[in-house]
Amino acid sequence: MIYLDANATEPLRPEAREAALAAMDTLGNPSSIHAPGRAARKILEEARETVARACAARPADVIFTSGATEANALAIHALGDGRKLLIGATEHDSIRAAAPEADIIPVQANGTADLAALEALLKAHPNALVCLMAANNETGVLHGIEAIGALCAAHGALLHVDAVQAIGRCNQDWLALGAASFAISGHKFGGPMGAGALILRRGLEIKPLTRGGGQEQGRRGGTPPLPAIAGLAAAIGKPYPAAQIAVLRDEIEAFCIAQGAVALGAGVPRLPNTTSLALPGIRAETQLIALDMAGLAVSAGSACASGKLAPSHVLEAMGHAALAGQAIRVSLPWSATSAAVEKFCAAYAAMAKRALRAAAALA
Amino acid sequence: MKIVVAMSGGVNSSVVAGLMAREGHEVIGVTLQLYDHGAAVGRKGACCAGQDIHDAKRVADRLGIAHYVVDSEARFKQSVISAFADSYAHGQTPVPCIACNQHLKFGDLLEMARDLGADALATGHYVQRFEGPNGAEMHKAVDESRDQSWFLFATTRAQLEYCRFPLGGFASKAEVRAVAVEMGLAVAEKADSQDICFVPAGTYADVVEKYRPDALAPGEIVSEDGAVLGAHQGIARYTLGQAKRLPNEAAHMVVKRIEPGTRRIIVGPRGVQSTTVKLRDVNWLVEPGEMRADVKLRARDTLHKGLIMPQGSGATLLLDEPALAAPGQAAVFYDGSRILGGGFIV
Repeated sequence: MIYLDANATEPLRPEAREAALAAMDTLGNPSSIHAPGRAARKILEEARETVARACAARPADVIFTSGATEANALAIHALGDGRKLLIGATEHDSIRAAAPEADIIPVQANGTADLAALEALLKAHPNALVCLMAANNETGVLHGIEAIGALCAAHGALLHVDAVQAIGRCNQDWLALGAASFAISGHKFGGPMGAGALILRRGLEIKPLTRGGGQEQGRRGGTPPLPAIAGLAAAIGKPYPAAQIAVLRDEIEAFCIAQGAVALGAGVPRLPNTTSLALPGIRAETQLIALDMAGLAVSAGSACASGKLAPSHVLEAMGHAALAGQAIRVSLPWSATSAAVEKFCAAYAAMAKRALRAAAALA
Repeated sequence: MKIVVAMSGGVNSSVVAGLMAREGHEVIGVTLQLYDHGAAVGRKGACCAGQDIHDAKRVADRLGIAHYVVDSEARFKQSVISAFADSYAHGQTPVPCIACNQHLKFGDLLEMARDLGADALATGHYVQRFEGPNGAEMHKAVDESRDQSWFLFATTRAQLEYCRFPLGGFASKAEVRAVAVEMGLAVAEKADSQDICFVPAGTYADVVEKYRPDALAPGEIVSEDGAVLGAHQGIARYTLGQAKRLPNEAAHMVVKRIEPGTRRIIVGPRGVQSTTVKLRDVNWLVEPGEMRADVKLRARDTLHKGLIMPQGSGATLLLDEPALAAPGQAAVFYDGSRILGGGFIV
């Protein structure tokens, strides 16, 4: 099986697995005052320090959560209180669902945020919370947080960045660029599933979504998932072969284009590992199933929990409505090899040839 | 062989998937998501997929086969639900399951199966398929009480060549359930599905009203000589030969005609039967030609003997004895157990 769906989840890094197993074998709740409790607490706080270092933040400004969905919801709940919400048109569902009343910041055809539109929105709502992702999960397109941060600062608005896909692959000092907060998720950079974090600008105070036992300094109630947090900390900041991954991604992209595919969101700065490839006339589901049957794991759009593919709102927002149901996402993992790329290309060629022939026969 | 199985999450199609896997085929289970379940049951925040999709996934897991959910909501809405409402607005009595088989299962899904390079599409329909001297033949199910051939008359000969109906030979549903139990499928005891899947609660009139409010606008009930006998709450509530929902003035009468233009329901004494029935969009599963056959005019109907005379893409049916033929329903031709073809009653 060839796994090219890293944006869904990255393969676990060995260091993360080791750290998570060790934490699992550690007896004690970090909130307990006895010796085992202190041992657990040590793991938790060391993880917090590691994450803080990797994120250029203070440990006190790192709040561990169950993942990025919770971190995004917490940011919107706490920082969006009393503010107009402005969210990007291509944001992840964890932002969209948490901000149903938000005004939408459109994107350009290349997938990057329309800054003129953002400026107009900020003029109308200077006291806004702006939510824009660092990198898009479907196309890999980077929004350019530097300019966005400056715009928000100029209008007195707050900026929250969903950095889930960018962290580890395309790091930036988001707080220094003007973000009030950003969200990360461990399993998107080689940690286990079940832990993420909201990183805050120095000293920013927030109210919790869940009070519970007052954990995370009263900002996130509930016993923290220690093994997942330990794994997250072990995976963060690990070397990522961005240049090599980009070469492999470009090989895939060029090959698929030669088979009749269209690469969406290419041509602007984007993640090194991601490409969105539409095969005109062939449903994304058909492509996915055919590739899966051939042992290739890729994805398309955002799947509902049922596994049903909804037409991609990301591609629709970019003006590719006609191709939105015909695009697959290939996202290479940190461990990608050129052998995997070769196998993918062979399977893609066979799939595209058969599907295009069948489609032509029916037409 | 590589076989795509249409899995609804019910017992029948689950057993089909199991049988195909047991025969050693490479099985690809596909569930068509036809409508937003959450919206259909009117529960905000409910998942778009209902329990049936979950069940289909669990069955596939149990059988160790691949399973996919394919979004067919837009297609279903347009080809089935909206066509269903339109048909009522035209004063007819539609059969949505035929449209679904035609456009979704043996249309889009079959096309997808071909795109995937599969050798066949198998479904849980109760109908038999035999290889005949002139290609595949469709026959009634062994269990005639379960027979679904009337709903499948519109399957083209090319589609029939590609399809498999492994349940057609089962003697009873109990036997199918027994196989499900033997395979350890959790759906073995699941209840049979309802008549119209997209009307899970309430009545079909609610659905029609949403798409074609004009079909539920009030109008007059009049006698054949034009006397107004009462009022009605929408022509969609009536079908040819119906005696229900008529005013006291029309006691012992039945619906003789529905006039969508004037929204009038014409009633008269019993006896709406006729011997001449016009058909449109006739599908032939044998070489077309003038022939005598047994004809079924409703899903649950006795057979009527008659002569079929093809005319362009339609046909005229001359029945030996008068029978009730409601516009929008299907007339399906049989020769013994074999389905010869059929068309929609005009």
